[in-house]
Amino acid sequence: MTDRGTSAEKPRVGLFVTCLVDLYRPSVGFAAIKLLKQAGCEVDVPQLQTCCGQPAYNSGDDEHTRALALQVLQAFEDYDYVVAPSGSCLGMIRCHYPDLFAQHELLARFQALSAKSHELISFLVDVLGIDQIKASYTGQVTYHDSCSGLRELGISAQPRQLLAGVDGLSLTELEGREVCCGFGGTFCVKYPEISGRMAADKVAAAAATGADTLLAGDMGCLLNLAGKMRREGVDTRVYHIAEVLADMADAESIGEGKA
Amino acid sequence: MHPRSKFFEANATQALRQPSLQAALKQLEQGFVAGRAACYEALPEFEALRDRAEEVLNHTLENLDAYLLEYEARVIETGGQVHWASTADEARRIVVDICNQAGAGNVIRGKSMIGEEVGINDALEKAGFEVTETDLGEYILQLAEEPPSHIVAPAIHKTKDEISDLFHSRHRELGYHERLTERSALVAEARQVLREKFQQADVGITGANFLIAETGSNVIVTNEGNGDLSSTLPRVQIVTAAIDKVVPTLEDASLLLRLLGRSATGQEITAYTTFTTGPRRQTDADGPAEYHVVILDNHRSEMLAGELRPMLRCIRCGACMNHCPVYGRVGGHAYGWIYPGPMGSVLTPVMLGLDEAGHLPNACSLNGRCATVCPVKIPLPQLLRTLRGRQHRRRLNSRTARMGLSIWAWIALRPRLYQSITRLAMSIMALLGRRQGRFRRMPLAGGWTRVRDLPAPQGSTFQAQWRQRRQQ
Repeated sequence: MTDRGTSAEKPRVGLFVTCLVDLYRPSVGFAAIKLLKQAGCEVDVPQLQTCCGQPAYNSGDDEHTRALALQVLQAFEDYDYVVAPSGSCLGMIRCHYPDLFAQHELLARFQALSAKSHELISFLVDVLGIDQIKASYTGQVTYHDSCSGLRELGISAQPRQLLAGVDGLSLTELEGREVCCGFGGTFCVKYPEISGRMAADKVAAAAATGADTLLAGDMGCLLNLAGKMRREGVDTRVYHIAEVLADMADAESIGEGKA
Repeated sequence: MHPRSKFFEANATQALRQPSLQAALKQLEQGFVAGRAACYEALPEFEALRDRAEEVLNHTLENLDAYLLEYEARVIETGGQVHWASTADEARRIVVDICNQAGAGNVIRGKSMIGEEVGINDALEKAGFEVTETDLGEYILQLAEEPPSHIVAPAIHKTKDEISDLFHSRHRELGYHERLTERSALVAEARQVLREKFQQADVGITGANFLIAETGSNVIVTNEGNGDLSSTLPRVQIVTAAIDKVVPTLEDASLLLRLLGRSATGQEITAYTTFTTGPRRQTDADGPAEYHVVILDNHRSEMLAGELRPMLRCIRCGACMNHCPVYGRVGGHAYGWIYPGPMGSVLTPVMLGLDEAGHLPNACSLNGRCATVCPVKIPLPQLLRTLRGRQHRRRLNSRTARMGLSIWAWIALRPRLYQSITRLAMSIMALLGRRQGRFRRMPLAGGWTRVRDLPAPQGSTFQAQWRQRRQQ
């Protein structure tokens, strides 16, 4: 158990890794830990975590969603903060868990969990008050806003502010910033033709900026866009924003083979 | 219209491969979306108006029975008649009866989604009346024998060339022989043809954007003035509306009017906004001798009683579809019925059933852009999820999907097992995908790899690597 009296100086953060980072891109998890530690946090990764339950939630399966939400609650409620490198999973915890337990005796606990849960970049900027992170990345970058981050959590200025402080990086905005990239969880496999067209349009918008690198804060969008770019033979590098900010974007980019 | 929502997937695939449709849909973003954005910027109180509208409409729905009865009483006081229809079938019968009793030959229609919802044209034509749509978009579709593909701009899917051909072939019998190509010339020809129809009409049927309880008035907004002619020239006027169109006061209507044009077409106000109250009075210069209002339920009271109630706030501006990335790619016809896009994906399953329209709540990435532009703050993604929940509970989704979900959830609820399985699976995938960094095909992921590669995982899972590092 946390002794909240002494944690005032060094906030104890439980990192919610998210299933896609866990499976596909562990380096994003390590980047998140590095950023949080640099910012003066004590970081722990609870072992009893898997998924936030969003696939079940968006499939109308509230029963399984509640069970998974409960698992998250039990694993994380003792931390000062819950942080995840994803707007989508965090939107789930922050906005939808309390809805799911609206008529439930656990509501107060889920509301408390919601209040202390934050997406990584907005946590650094809005909660810890960081306005610059020392990092360097040589490249012309464009940034894709994930829909949940943008609309459920209001994440828009924060990543841009931190990217502006990265040495060697220049950011060009793509057209149609607030338009979905076509991932949408199960949507992308249920309606691949529509999803594929949405992804193609986003890839074209990114290409039109002349950027050599695409960044975003959500693995779902990143896998979708990197996958579409590779299919179309576009060789834009694709990274999670945390990798760049943590100076860890020297590994192969998403979907790139080892030479 | 015969519903084709069941075939959403096939409809959508076809739409994606239709270049003229794709070109037409591209204009949405520059037209309606940009127009709304400019209006939003120019009106500092836009958000406050949305809040107020939500409040007013929630209050109205809370007291809907009382406001409907008040509205009915006012219509009767002004000499009009109110007819209640619980189903589409009843509404059709009422309208046909009124036209029969009026001894009508020619019927003209102003654009109305309720007319589309109940299929008034078909019913009237079967009963032997000549029906003419007077809204230019609807008129084009009537000639083309197509359903609307957008609730505000019904013929948005048609290119100018297609319309030139259509007029050329269908107006010939009326003595117009030239194939026109100029936009203004096409409009002028339609206007000439329609002017005659207005003069011959015995009955005019319009919709209503709002019904006002305190005065018994109905409000229609148009940009062509066809609604006014349809309601003032014929001897008999019929207004078709649904129970969710009533608002308490004129003040409330003007609040909603400020949001409607801006959200729909990016206009501060439409070219015509017409308030009609009852039949012609002795001192009036014109107006109908008979004034009928047909008020339709068609599953709306079911919605009123349940979780989908917020949908009844809808003022039919179309902003949700204009901003929907799915609608923007596949267009309105793919949805298979008259209400497309996000609002249609809620309404169609309610009105036609989830068996017919089961695709629609799922054909959405839940990106939420629709809800942020909705002038009356309908939580559309949440309502679509509610419908997905109904599908899940009624076991209407595919067995494979249900099974996959159950197995995945079972494992995800056992973190240690989950971590062993994923560690193994990811290590193998990482090894196989090491050189290419991606997979072009993957068993069980055909939906993904049909249109994009699957990036390979980096190596073992984060959890496995983290544990290893901590042990060192």
